[in-house]
Amino acid sequence: MSRIEARFEALKAQGRRALIPYVTAGDPNPGLTVRLMHGLVEAGADIVELGVPFSDPIGDGPVIQLACERSLAHGTSIRDVLNMVREFRETDSETPVVLMGYMNPIEVMGYPRFAEAAAEAGVDGVLTVDMPPEEMGDLSECLAGAGLDPIFLIAPTTTEARMQVICDHARGFIYYVSLKGVTGSDSLDIGAVAARVDRLNQMTGLPVGVGFGISTAEKAAQMSQAADAIVVGSALVRQIQENADDDAAVLSKVTGLLASMRSAMDAEVTAAV
Amino acid sequence: MAKTVEDMQMTVDYSQFPDVDGHFGTYGGRFVPETLMAPLAELSEAYLRYRNDPEFLREFDNDATQFVGRPSPLYFAERWSKKIGGARIYLKREDLNHTGAHKINNALGQALLAKRMGKQRVIAETGAGQHGVATATVAARLGMDCVVYMGADDIQRQSPNVFRMRLLGAKVVPVTSGTRTLKDALNEAMRDWVTNVDDTFYIIGTVAGPHPYPLMVRDFQTIIGRETREQILEQEGRLPDALVACVGGGSNAIGLFHPFLNDASVQMHGVEAGGSGIASGQHAAPLCAGKPGVLHGNRTYLMEDEWGQIIGTHSISAGLDYPGVGPEHAWLKDLKRAVYCSVTDEEAMQGFHAVTRTEGIIPALETAHALARAETLAKELGPDKIIVVNLSGRGDKDLQTVANHEGITL
Ligand SMILES: Cc1ncc(COP(=O)(O)O)c(C=O)c1O
Repeated sequence: MSRIEARFEALKAQGRRALIPYVTAGDPNPGLTVRLMHGLVEAGADIVELGVPFSDPIGDGPVIQLACERSLAHGTSIRDVLNMVREFRETDSETPVVLMGYMNPIEVMGYPRFAEAAAEAGVDGVLTVDMPPEEMGDLSECLAGAGLDPIFLIAPTTTEARMQVICDHARGFIYYVSLKGVTGSDSLDIGAVAARVDRLNQMTGLPVGVGFGISTAEKAAQMSQAADAIVVGSALVRQIQENADDDAAVLSKVTGLLASMRSAMDAEVTAAV
Repeated sequence: MAKTVEDMQMTVDYSQFPDVDGHFGTYGGRFVPETLMAPLAELSEAYLRYRNDPEFLREFDNDATQFVGRPSPLYFAERWSKKIGGARIYLKREDLNHTGAHKINNALGQALLAKRMGKQRVIAETGAGQHGVATATVAARLGMDCVVYMGADDIQRQSPNVFRMRLLGAKVVPVTSGTRTLKDALNEAMRDWVTNVDDTFYIIGTVAGPHPYPLMVRDFQTIIGRETREQILEQEGRLPDALVACVGGGSNAIGLFHPFLNDASVQMHGVEAGGSGIASGQHAAPLCAGKPGVLHGNRTYLMEDEWGQIIGTHSISAGLDYPGVGPEHAWLKDLKRAVYCSVTDEEAMQGFHAVTRTEGIIPALETAHALARAETLAKELGPDKIIVVNLSGRGDKDLQTVANHEGITL
């Protein structure tokens, strides 16, 4: 059983929903990333989504764009990101790590070389924002061969027919993009999201996570009623942005916000019982 | 048995590409966030429906004639040719189009398609501002809302075009992320489209982006090559020996080349921006000095570092300052059907002055790169040969840049 699958099974047994924070590797500086990952886990993260910085993040809003710029200013490469995961794994062998980024760094590294290196470092899943299943080519096999789960986005514009195709290609979990927009947008319609997630649940046995636009503990709690997992990115990264010069403040602000989301989500579960 | 590149060249019917999914060999395709997959499918479907629709084509041709001023002349640059002492050089006068460049051919085509698709808002990215002006122009004429994304640095160096766009009623949004140039403007336009997919049509300005853009933009620009073919047969009674065009994203080049690709006797020369020279690293020549990768929705040659980050480009001409290139050019390069070279800022300036002084035509700095290459090629080919250069735009927008370059205060 993969780490991602094991984690969702365990949560299901407890009647809890997964909380998945996103941070960009190397932001605000490469030295802090591994400590931040551990801090996220302590604050209640079930899976860590680690952004691979890219110069041209077309799916991201201004907050994560700036995170990429801060990270790239330190020269963070995909190899450095894999080294961070390897270091994280030295003391955490259980929390799944999903890389989220764009195609070109993987393209340049070469699919087999990337897949082997990522698996060896301890990565569990790979989400490439600009890689639809249709263009996967050999990457599918390379990821499968290395035991890595390909994670795909499904959007509000995705047709039913495509939803099925994507579900058939996906492993680990499905990531439902809760709004038409880039990361960091702020116009959630919880009812509409819940309806789409229900439809996905009919199509796949995979857990369904929801992300984009979840910025407060309250929204996280509300959304967690509709899905198996909640992904939070820009809200955390904004805390990094506002405290970029102060490592201790980054750690406390980011983990503080995540912990408040965790307790709001868990309170929701308790209330429902 | 493995086919050689030459075998491939002989057997390829260039009119049959891209394939249904937008691939030119391994290049092209559709690498975009999931939110855009459905709108791109909708766009492909609409475009393929209208691509051969007589009424749509009639509307396009009518506007090309009455609004743009087509056909543009194919002008024999006699004095310049004599002065060089080589091949006979013809200039395809896209500078005489309404708004002063080839960009309007494509902006018009896409805006007419947007109208048929019922989209009331159009967005565009622009580098030199020529595509932004063309888009703002057709939007004004069709009564559409128009937003143009432009790198903050380009806004500085192309200010007359910014004012033109605003006069035409477009909103010009400065882009301050990344390198603050064309590639970042394209990123921002994509983000707008992801957010406003329901009512917005994204008019991409060159043969880049995800499928169907490289196909669609090419189709609208092939009016250049189709006219050239008729005109040269009329004036010279035969096909040209070589075609020359500058390559930013590659739309004016593919527009000229494409109708001749199946004519093996016609050489094709694409000219990239060599900036301060390839060796300096300060250039915008992905085909000459880059590697394949994925950016802006397609696989193509890119300027990138060893870990796949896109790197900054440099060119004296904003319209060539782009780290990628249309996927069809990447494919033509690998097939050796077209050859790509680069011309430095200095060489382009010489080409600019030569044509201005001997022919009375002030070309755009983008175009000046093609002119510089045409001069050396004319000598290589010799007097019996015919070269057609795509004079993709006029130089009015560049006067400030030229003056600055030469230390002149206007
Ligand atoms: C006059 C002119 N020529 C050429 C170009 C380069 O674009 P493309 O390579 O798509 O023709 C531009 C772009 O702005 C332009 O304004």
